[in-house]
Amino acid sequence: MIKTENLTKIFKIKKGADIPAVVELNLDIQEGEVFGFLGPNGAGKTTTIRMLTTLIAPTTGTARVCGYPLGESNQDIRRNVGILTENPGMYERLSAFKNLTIYAKLYDVEDVESQVRKHLQMLGLWERRDDPVGSFSKGMRQKLAICRALLHEPRLLFLDEPTSGLDPEAALLVRSFIEELRSQGRTIFMCTHNLNEADRLCDRIGLFRTHLIEVDTSQNLRVKFFGRKVVIHLRKVDPAWLPQLQALPGVQDISQVESKLVITTEDPENLNPRIIRTLVTAGADVQFVGELRHSLEEIYMQTMGENQPEVTES
Amino acid sequence: MKHIWTIIDKEWAEVFQHKMVLFTMIFIPLFLVALPVLMLFFTGQSMGGEIADDFSELPPALLSFCAADMTPGDCMQVYLINMFMLLFMMIPVIIPVTIAAYSVVGEKTTRSLEPLLATPISTFELLAGKSLAAAIPAILAGWVSFGLFLIALPLIGVSAPVIRYIISPTWLLAVLVAGPLMAIAAVNFSLFVSSRVNDPRVAEQISVLLIVPVLAALLAQLAGVIVINLLVMLSFIGGLVLVDIGLIYLGVSIFQRETILTRWK
Repeated sequence: MIKTENLTKIFKIKKGADIPAVVELNLDIQEGEVFGFLGPNGAGKTTTIRMLTTLIAPTTGTARVCGYPLGESNQDIRRNVGILTENPGMYERLSAFKNLTIYAKLYDVEDVESQVRKHLQMLGLWERRDDPVGSFSKGMRQKLAICRALLHEPRLLFLDEPTSGLDPEAALLVRSFIEELRSQGRTIFMCTHNLNEADRLCDRIGLFRTHLIEVDTSQNLRVKFFGRKVVIHLRKVDPAWLPQLQALPGVQDISQVESKLVITTEDPENLNPRIIRTLVTAGADVQFVGELRHSLEEIYMQTMGENQPEVTES
Repeated sequence: MKHIWTIIDKEWAEVFQHKMVLFTMIFIPLFLVALPVLMLFFTGQSMGGEIADDFSELPPALLSFCAADMTPGDCMQVYLINMFMLLFMMIPVIIPVTIAAYSVVGEKTTRSLEPLLATPISTFELLAGKSLAAAIPAILAGWVSFGLFLIALPLIGVSAPVIRYIISPTWLLAVLVAGPLMAIAAVNFSLFVSSRVNDPRVAEQISVLLIVPVLAALLAQLAGVIVINLLVMLSFIGGLVLVDIGLIYLGVSIFQRETILTRWK
């Protein structure tokens, strides 16, 4: 659905050095995938979205979006993608219905009225359709902007900070709707600072800061950065048990935290039964067994060079 | 064409929500119609006396405006009316300038430009829509004002030769052709400015400068430096056509989506 090859954008600044915003970006996003594009402010995420939606041209490199080559078939790309910009940018003096009608016509939607009605009803804005958008809350504007992005039933949706600045309730609504879109099999390219949101919604994560640093599923990123860790809660720990566990093949590391043992291994599914058997045979009282799950935030912080890990248990 | 009409519809829906804009759009033409009507009314009242039948009382400059069937009073009125020809041409320039000046930079500051540019609309369609949305009401206002002016003339006792003079080719070309061409030039200049600046106030201030050459022409006419006749009007229209083509071409070629979206300083 999106394939980029060495996509680069360098901004020319008057009387100053050139500013590289995106450097040699290589992405291959499949149809139906929800891709999370994560990075700090100024990393070049919005610039990337703008390039892929044909709003700005890359300095070098190529890309195909929905099968169309960037720069050659920009009109076709625009017809096939929907974009939720960082700011909703609605016409505040006009009603919600009028706002969407204008965009439906610009996207050459066939049955404008029914399509507008469908999306307003879908996001619970139908009752407020005749109210000026200026009277809407931020969450409602964001929902309206999502309606706008979906009016022409795009194959690919770009969401730039979809829940930014929303209160928890509005953010939850927007997230639920994104999950619904995901279940419909839409391809979604999403920039967000909300790492839990990305972890929950995205099939793959791209960690980006001008360059693409890592791309993978969040689970694979966890394994890559921290390995897999099993935590065993015991009534009490006898230090004599540690050498016995260390001797088990597959155990990479063991550490004790109060009455818990944290064991690093690549294959907990096969190793866990042996660990438990060994401990029980040695007289340990096993209370709980679980896998330690590092948060995406830890991976993010480590990747972005501010590594302050803090483990949380799943 | 469908996209152009959508933009026009959008612009009108937005602009006419502002009651002050609507008021200005109605008040300015009415004021500029009232001025010559009142002047003709009062000059008609006061010229029944000394120069009513004596051409020798008229300054030589006024004689050039006299037709065979005109009285010296008619000649005086025709001379005065000619001063207002440029006012009628100014109506389509004054009204759309601030609307057009706001249209691009205004969308940029309210952040509605990015989603708009992400639609499959072409630059020409966007600019044509914005340009026509500003120009059409102004052109109509100019024409309606002229119509009101013509209706008012017999009501205030203006003679038939004077009315015939006003519906002469020079006047009709001025109001029906030159005025709209000036509106198109003004709108495209304002759009050009609007797409190059980052602050609506700057766009409006620069665009208002357009009035300066029109005022200069008005003053030159008052001072007798230029006399507007059919030949001058045709030449002026020819020049305006070239200016309009140049401004439209320049506007489309200089409208860089990327620069507009990314430049904030």
